[in-house]
Amino acid sequence: MSRVKPDVESWQQKTGMAKRGVPEGLWTQCPECKATVFQRSVDENQNVCPECDYHFTVPGSVRVQQLLDTDSFEEWFTELQPADPLGFVDKKPYAERLKTEQKRTGLSEACIAGKGYMRGRPLVFALTDSNFIMGSMGSVVGEKLTRAIEAATRMKLPLIILSGSGGGARMHEGILSLMQMGKTSAALARFREAGGLYISILTNPTMGGVAASFAALGDVILAEPKALIGFAGPRVVQATVNEKLPPGFQTSEFLLKYGFVDRIVHRHNLRSEIARIIDYCGG
Amino acid sequence: MADASNRRKKVPTPPLPFEKPIFELEKQLQQLESQLDPSPATKDAVRSLRLEITRKKREVFDDLDAWQTVQVARHPDRPQTLDYLELVFDEFVELHGDRAYRDDRAMLTGFGRLSDEKVMFIGQHKGRDLQERTEHNYGMVHPEGYRKAILRMETAARFGLPIVCFIDTPGAWPGPDAEERGQAWLIAESLRDMANLDTPIVCVVIGEGGSGGALGIGIGDHIAMLQFSYYSVISPEGCAGILWKSVEHRDKAARALRFTSRDLMKLGVVDEVIPEPLGGAHRDHRAMATALKGSLIAAIKDLRQIPRDQLVDRRYEKFRRMGVFQET
Repeated sequence: MSRVKPDVESWQQKTGMAKRGVPEGLWTQCPECKATVFQRSVDENQNVCPECDYHFTVPGSVRVQQLLDTDSFEEWFTELQPADPLGFVDKKPYAERLKTEQKRTGLSEACIAGKGYMRGRPLVFALTDSNFIMGSMGSVVGEKLTRAIEAATRMKLPLIILSGSGGGARMHEGILSLMQMGKTSAALARFREAGGLYISILTNPTMGGVAASFAALGDVILAEPKALIGFAGPRVVQATVNEKLPPGFQTSEFLLKYGFVDRIVHRHNLRSEIARIIDYCGG
Repeated sequence: MADASNRRKKVPTPPLPFEKPIFELEKQLQQLESQLDPSPATKDAVRSLRLEITRKKREVFDDLDAWQTVQVARHPDRPQTLDYLELVFDEFVELHGDRAYRDDRAMLTGFGRLSDEKVMFIGQHKGRDLQERTEHNYGMVHPEGYRKAILRMETAARFGLPIVCFIDTPGAWPGPDAEERGQAWLIAESLRDMANLDTPIVCVVIGEGGSGGALGIGIGDHIAMLQFSYYSVISPEGCAGILWKSVEHRDKAARALRFTSRDLMKLGVVDEVIPEPLGGAHRDHRAMATALKGSLIAAIKDLRQIPRDQLVDRRYEKFRRMGVFQET
């Protein structure tokens, strides 16, 4: 299990304080309120800043523990491993990048999927982990999600997908990544025809090809507070019109206002909110 | 130029860098041909120069690299949707608007007739001169454009009309207004809804297949590409900016992304590459249009053989297979 890495160095620079034997990982700085807080108190608060309610990014494995009933999660499709179909090389080869990311995150890919229980309700649960190559969707992410959607269709279970992706469709697998948008959306079309309930949860960040496919297709779409959500990245949007973007642009609150997010839910309440929606829809 | 569509630009477009040797030879040919009462020697020279031009064109265009392909795909004289509506279709009855917000001119929709095939036409249009490009927003579709496309496609399915989609966009419009109106949502819904339509869908990338904006009308039963078009997860400039930290490396990014028609055929993403006239579609609109029309009609006829209740499953299986991974 990996923790959110505290930015001790910038804390030292900002405060001018020397390290003085403080063990690394003990403190972390909240990017929102800039308070220096105990890492443990953040962890115990479901990775939410105890001072200002800022929602830190949560590693996928921790998410599973936070959302699903204790030890109820059965992970599927762990046999799926990424390949390098294009032989893609930028500043370093994609094959090498994959190995580095796997080592760094302890994940084999940016998606975890399986079956679990939430407050006693059985469901199919999947997430994209924004830690692994920006949570971008390549062939493995698309395949795992599609298999999860197909399983939910077969088993007649509610489907919960929690999205976190700053990367959208993964460039390193070229057109094949783009096609995963079509594949997952087509699987959701079938799931919907079969009468399945799909709750999509948007977390910080959910962008690009992930936002423009499965993440946007929930029967109910929930978002964590202040998450960055959108199609084009804010820098691209700004460059397009060459004007300053309004504060709060592309946040959960912005999308709620414009009608694309159904509810903003504090991380502490996600479990109970999801369970309640499942009950309404007869899951 | 081979033909005179009334949309053609008045000022000739300068050659692309790799077209220069061809243009040089063509200039020589023009000079020779302009001679009144040419001698037999001149006639011989004209004949051999013609052969030389053909040889040169073949040499250059048989071996275009990825970045050169992008330049051809973006060539200002390349035929676009409005050109093809004149040259390929026997009739086009435009249907405007998405019934919710406005008429997005980057996405043109309506009834179309191809010989005796009646279809629903959906196509992105970029525009050629500045005024036209502004009107059509350079082919960059807003959310309402996708809503308009979905609406037409649903109408088509209800009345059993095959759908023809022409893809030609640098990407969906990345402006703040598009974000406010749910660009991601409308593209996603279009992907989902296209997957479920029980009518034949033929998609052709005629120029630029820019990412999600292209895929938004790209979930078809038969996916074709014109030879020198490209279809990519990200623009070469965007990819270079992110991975190489500079747009200058766009040619390297173009190579790495493997997005030419040849590459996509190998990757199993497209079903057909429609050959372009020698020297590229921009050199001969009419020849390109004829080839395109033939392909469209053949594809529709083939798809009509498939019972309607099998189309959706067949399309699902097609996209279901896409992706490369290992299973350990």
